[in-house]
Amino acid sequence: MSAAPVLRVSGVTKAFGEREVLRGVDLEVPEHRAVAVIGASGSGKSTLLRCADLLEEIDDGDIFLDGEVITDPMVDTVAVRRRLGLVFQAYNLFPHMNVIDNVMLGSVRAHGIERDEAERRARELLGRFGLEGRERDRPDDLSGGQQQRVAIVRAIAGSPRALLLDEITSALDPELVGEVLEAVRELKQEGMTMLIVTHEMSFAREVADEVCFLHDGRILERGPPAKVLESPERPETQQFLRRLLTAGRL
Amino acid sequence: MFKQSFPDVLEAFWFDVRMFVVVEVVVLVLGLAVALVRTTTAPALFPVRLLALGYVDVFRGIPTLLLVYLIGFGIPALELSGLPTSAVVLGGAALALSYGAYVSEVYRAGIVSVHRGQRDAARAIGLTEGQALRHVILPQAVRRVGPPLLNDFISLQKDIVLISVLGVAGEAFRVAQIDAASDFNYTPLIAAAICFLAITIPLARIVDRLSVGTGGVAR
Repeated sequence: MSAAPVLRVSGVTKAFGEREVLRGVDLEVPEHRAVAVIGASGSGKSTLLRCADLLEEIDDGDIFLDGEVITDPMVDTVAVRRRLGLVFQAYNLFPHMNVIDNVMLGSVRAHGIERDEAERRARELLGRFGLEGRERDRPDDLSGGQQQRVAIVRAIAGSPRALLLDEITSALDPELVGEVLEAVRELKQEGMTMLIVTHEMSFAREVADEVCFLHDGRILERGPPAKVLESPERPETQQFLRRLLTAGRL
Repeated sequence: MFKQSFPDVLEAFWFDVRMFVVVEVVVLVLGLAVALVRTTTAPALFPVRLLALGYVDVFRGIPTLLLVYLIGFGIPALELSGLPTSAVVLGGAALALSYGAYVSEVYRAGIVSVHRGQRDAARAIGLTEGQALRHVILPQAVRRVGPPLLNDFISLQKDIVLISVLGVAGEAFRVAQIDAASDFNYTPLIAAAICFLAITIPLARIVDRLSVGTGGVAR
């Protein structure tokens, strides 16, 4: 192992009241790598991402960003979030702002970039993800796929060390999934470090360097996509993949 | 009779309008401050939240007229130095306290109606809580509660007459009442009513338009 992983999750537990959602999760995302987390609904996948972005407080364990612990109570959570990007399942664009303001808000307010420079960069990024000419549109006027691409651009506008993707295609009509996955493929090629929670197994197989199967708050199996998705060892993984297969999602 | 009394009433009504504007500004600021306190979640702020809750419960629970009496006559009766004794100031304060409680609830409804994902997204792009509130939550919240806020404006505009019970000279209703009482002709009261309608009806149309724009029911 050369350098420290960009993101490291170590023994993380998280409960909502009596319900234990994460029961000791360990995970590493090395630089320029993509790690996909798969698992059934309610297995704790989204909670894991929210904890990594410090939107939820963890109960135990540690999370490290570039080797530095970020889950210590003394850490400035805002400063940490500025070093990470998170894309939500439901896009969560700001409906009262047009596309370019959605993208620029973080650059200007959180990163202190000059408006002109922020706008130049936002335009460039929007153009790169096929959103040229939509800068002044409201999110409501865009298709789901376009909205999610804006959300991706918004998340990477602050040049994050790692990008967290939370089931970013689950809310999309099937014919719009492709364009969003294409955007992620492009990011991967550029070397973006990513932690991806997904239901798209074919996508996990194609983009991820490692797949982790999360079951009941624990990672039961991990390894290269070909191995985990095609010849899983654990009966829980086999059952999960079988269910996806019968649902036509594999 | 109408011709005679109308200029007096109109002049007095101008006082009402100015009074309304000043009280409304105080109400908007006070209401927002109370709503912001009430929507905080930090355990450390619990005492302040309790105080805000107490304020809303008490001042929304007392009839506005009674509150005008209590503050307008009660405060001077305490004979404490440093407190204002002007009927205009005390009457205005009573109205502001009463409406501030209502308006804080309107704001609060708007703030809590903004989806949790908006705050998450604002924090995820690295905004502080204050920036998230300022740039993401409040603009959406205020837009949503425009119609109910304007409703309260209209109500306050009419309730300015309540300070006439403190003997504020030059208040439109008071002037009309005195004019009417002098010769048992109620025309001056009609003149005052027309003045109020001249403000409240246009405001009502604005509320309608806003309601349509935000998917409300009015037309």
